[in-house]
Amino acid sequence: MPRLLPYLLLLPATAFLCLFFLYPFVQVAHDSVMRNGVYTLENFSRMAGHWKFSTAFWNTMILAAVVVPIQLAMALTMASIVTKLQRGRSTILYIFAIPLGISDLAAGLIWLSVFEQSGFLNSLLVGLGIVDRPILLLGYQNTWIIFIAIVLAEVWRATAIMMVILVAGMGLIPKEYGEAADVFGASRWQKFRRVTLPMLKPSLQTALILRVILAFEVFAVVVALGGTQLPVLMSETYHWQFAMQERGVAAAFAMVILGVSVAFTILILRLLHVPKGARV
Amino acid sequence: MAVIEIKQVAKTFGSFTALHSVDLTIADQEFMVLLGASGCGKTTLLRIIAGLETPTTGEVWIGGRRVDHLPPRERGIAMVFQNYAVFPHLTVFENIAFGLRMKKMDQAEVTRRVNRTAELMHIEQLLKRYSGELSGGQRQRVAVARALAMEPDVILMDEPLSNLDALLRLEMRAELKGVLAESKTTTIYVTHDQVEAMSLADRISVMNGGRIVQAANPVEVYRNPAARFVGSFIGNPPMNFLKAEPAGAGKWQVAGQVFDGPAAAAAEFAIRPEDLHPAEAGLPAEVRVVEPLGPHTLITASVAGQPFRAVLESNLLPAPGDMLRLAPVPDRIRWFDPATQSAL
Repeated sequence: MPRLLPYLLLLPATAFLCLFFLYPFVQVAHDSVMRNGVYTLENFSRMAGHWKFSTAFWNTMILAAVVVPIQLAMALTMASIVTKLQRGRSTILYIFAIPLGISDLAAGLIWLSVFEQSGFLNSLLVGLGIVDRPILLLGYQNTWIIFIAIVLAEVWRATAIMMVILVAGMGLIPKEYGEAADVFGASRWQKFRRVTLPMLKPSLQTALILRVILAFEVFAVVVALGGTQLPVLMSETYHWQFAMQERGVAAAFAMVILGVSVAFTILILRLLHVPKGARV
Repeated sequence: MAVIEIKQVAKTFGSFTALHSVDLTIADQEFMVLLGASGCGKTTLLRIIAGLETPTTGEVWIGGRRVDHLPPRERGIAMVFQNYAVFPHLTVFENIAFGLRMKKMDQAEVTRRVNRTAELMHIEQLLKRYSGELSGGQRQRVAVARALAMEPDVILMDEPLSNLDALLRLEMRAELKGVLAESKTTTIYVTHDQVEAMSLADRISVMNGGRIVQAANPVEVYRNPAARFVGSFIGNPPMNFLKAEPAGAGKWQVAGQVFDGPAAAAAEFAIRPEDLHPAEAGLPAEVRVVEPLGPHTLITASVAGQPFRAVLESNLLPAPGDMLRLAPVPDRIRWFDPATQSAL
């Protein structure tokens, strides 16, 4: 009995995962290769053949490529500051983490109220006399403004999750390593670059994987700020599922998102691999 | 060439005073040991010299240069940490090379120095390994090699052997002494282990309660403790202390015996356990515990109701309850002032 106990205790969680994760996953995977009762790759060719697919794919990629590095740099800076604080540390941490408590749709709406035609930004520009009357910032003529607004909203909303992970990771690095670096002549930057960063690799892995996967799934913020002006993979999935009632093509989109996420997860794991024996 | 001068250095943490105005000068190439129980301020003093802690008041001079406002990297020091702090993400080679790389030394010189110090510490076969693949003793060697590779004026060591097992500690102790003597650096070594201190030091600074109680060579510290604390801290077993009653004209009565002593208002009699031998006349001791230790026998006894220890020849085996007469070697008797606790 004692030998079986651990498995028994794992049973509820396993059952939960099978029911609510594995089953829907298999269902979606199945849907993506099934059309009119036959196994086929037609869903994928319909998806790839649609004119919006490549735009949506590249929008998603470029958005992730812009947002994640900015977030990484900011999260590292914020985490370094928070770690150095002698007092008021948890207060600052909570303030930094406030946007985490806001849903992504709400975050999108907040930034919409900044950028829309009657929004804060326009009021400010008019008030300062920079423009005569409110301008349409989020229109189809200015997709780059939509892009910037989305980047801002994403950075504002989701940097804290990386920061929290990195703060925890920095807390795990024994203080003596930093002191050794000081004594052996490292400048502040050298210490960060040669000691903190390499020893932070496990936390960087977690933070990056989490953020990159979420960046590929970006949806509500994009829809709130851009409507259909800036298609991304997730919004296309939604579009095919509900507007076009094409369950199979939507499933194919979902599989593409999954594929990209898995590929990048493996890439991050490889790049930030810590050899055995070199772990803290 | 590096003389270290510590001038009236004090350190307070909140309301706690870790160091009370410490003055100490360490000569060039001297091996100075800071010895004391935990919490006596010895590590704080070392960290102030390293620049990892700033003194509340006072000055630190290294090699004729005031350094207490400088960051550690500008002080010309290297340090061996208690937990070694060997970087886990770097190989042994890169660990030893770390300080040299920070100085942007050219590769040929880095390789030469790393190989030389690795050889000196007998770790040349480990250069490609990571610290996770090393034993505690090997990590210790890497930490020392990393410090030596810098060819610093000053090496600071914070209890470097305390995490090693006893046998390894003995071996590393002898090796460290040889290596450091050869490197001709000034060394400050913090430890709570008096045997380590005695065996390594040119001079020992005994610390207690944030003050340096005595700074002298090991034999002097052992033979002529400047304060009661030093006698009771150094030596295993430590010094015996007995109450003394004045018997007039520099004579003192101790447990019924009369000894020549200092001319003072009050005094306490002190003698090391090994400076006693059984005799016809001497201090009356009632034996409590007998511990035969091989080379000698350790006797725990009671003299005039006070605990008292003696180290005797191992062929002497009294039984508990026996009465012994223990005569002190006359020129080894020390006297302390009960009020100030310092030697008379």
